[in-house]
Amino acid sequence: MSTATIANQPVVPEEIQSFTVTLIIRRFNPEVDDEPHWQDFDVQLYPTDRVLDALHKIKWEQDGSLTFRRSCAHGICGSDAMRINGRNRLACKTLMKDLDVTKPIYVEAIKGLPLEKDLIVDMEPFFDSFKAVQPFLVAKSKPVDGKERQQTVAQRARFDDTTKCILCAACTSSCPVFWTDGQYFGPAAIVNAHRFIFDSRDENAAVRLDILNDQEGVWRCRTTFNCTDACPRGIQVTQAIAEVKQAIMRGKA
Amino acid sequence: MTSTIEAPRSPYTRSAKKRGLNWEKWGWIYMRVSGVVLIVLIFGHLFVNLMVGEGVSALNFAFVAGKLASPFWQTWDVLMLWLALIHGGNGMRTLVNDYATSRISRGILKVAILLSVVSLIVLGTLVVYTFDACPAGSPADLLPALCSNL
Repeated sequence: MSTATIANQPVVPEEIQSFTVTLIIRRFNPEVDDEPHWQDFDVQLYPTDRVLDALHKIKWEQDGSLTFRRSCAHGICGSDAMRINGRNRLACKTLMKDLDVTKPIYVEAIKGLPLEKDLIVDMEPFFDSFKAVQPFLVAKSKPVDGKERQQTVAQRARFDDTTKCILCAACTSSCPVFWTDGQYFGPAAIVNAHRFIFDSRDENAAVRLDILNDQEGVWRCRTTFNCTDACPRGIQVTQAIAEVKQAIMRGKA
Repeated sequence: MTSTIEAPRSPYTRSAKKRGLNWEKWGWIYMRVSGVVLIVLIFGHLFVNLMVGEGVSALNFAFVAGKLASPFWQTWDVLMLWLALIHGGNGMRTLVNDYATSRISRGILKVAILLSVVSLIVLGTLVVYTFDACPAGSPADLLPALCSNL
């Protein structure tokens, strides 16, 4: 049972204040609406709540038709990337205390991909680019005397940053080139190519570099750094793209 | 009733892989290299014209004529002209590639950029190398004052 006494002093937990936050969400229902429109909701929240909690409260208590993707809710599955106050963030990693709650919080779907409903976009063009860079290990040779392809710590560290990608599309859909250019691979695809190009076990770097040397490949990158700013995993996306450019110029990873 | 929102990105397709020289790559390298050279050329140009000696008050017809008579400044100016115009033209081309959605408008805009870049380069180069402050046989009242000292 509760023994909330230390040296005979009852511990009174400090009450955490909740506050009302206004969320303005860009809604679109293809069965009813012709155009997306903004709708506002007032939610009672704590500073430790996340934008995802606010969306849940709306969906569970106010409007069950609000549609959004989320799976793990802990920043790993990459389902709930959305534009929060004009910046691409994971709703499950954006805390209320980090936002200015005196003003309304604007939430909309990520840009550059076809809008399907409310906060859901069609991710197929994004995954098509991802598939196009062969994001898998290609190693035809036999590993030297043994069953494993060994790697030194330094060889592993070379591409460590880009292994963190969770394919949430926050970077790609923050890229102004991707917004307008229908064929640009986008930062996420280049990050995942980088992960294998600089992997010492992989043997297909030349093929991937050739794919990204395309007119719509890495040369479209204008080093805006939107992607680095948007990445919820802290990947240095723009640097990874620059390293791929260098590798193409030098002809080898 | 269902309505579909138009796909936000332009619909044109990735062109088939072409062999040979990769213009996109060399264009990118050109932008980096010419950018660095242009910083030196343009700031050197501004420094010499506006700050050295009497500064901006020394700028007049004779000053420019004097500069264009020297092979050093001829080379400097022509380099600046070519590098800057191709740099700017290539930059405009990437903007057109980004924002012009239809094949026709992209074609028209790119041809317009190419024409203006080429004509400005040709005209500018002609001026730098054929400039004569005191053309022979011109009436004296049309010539600048410095020609009477020749």
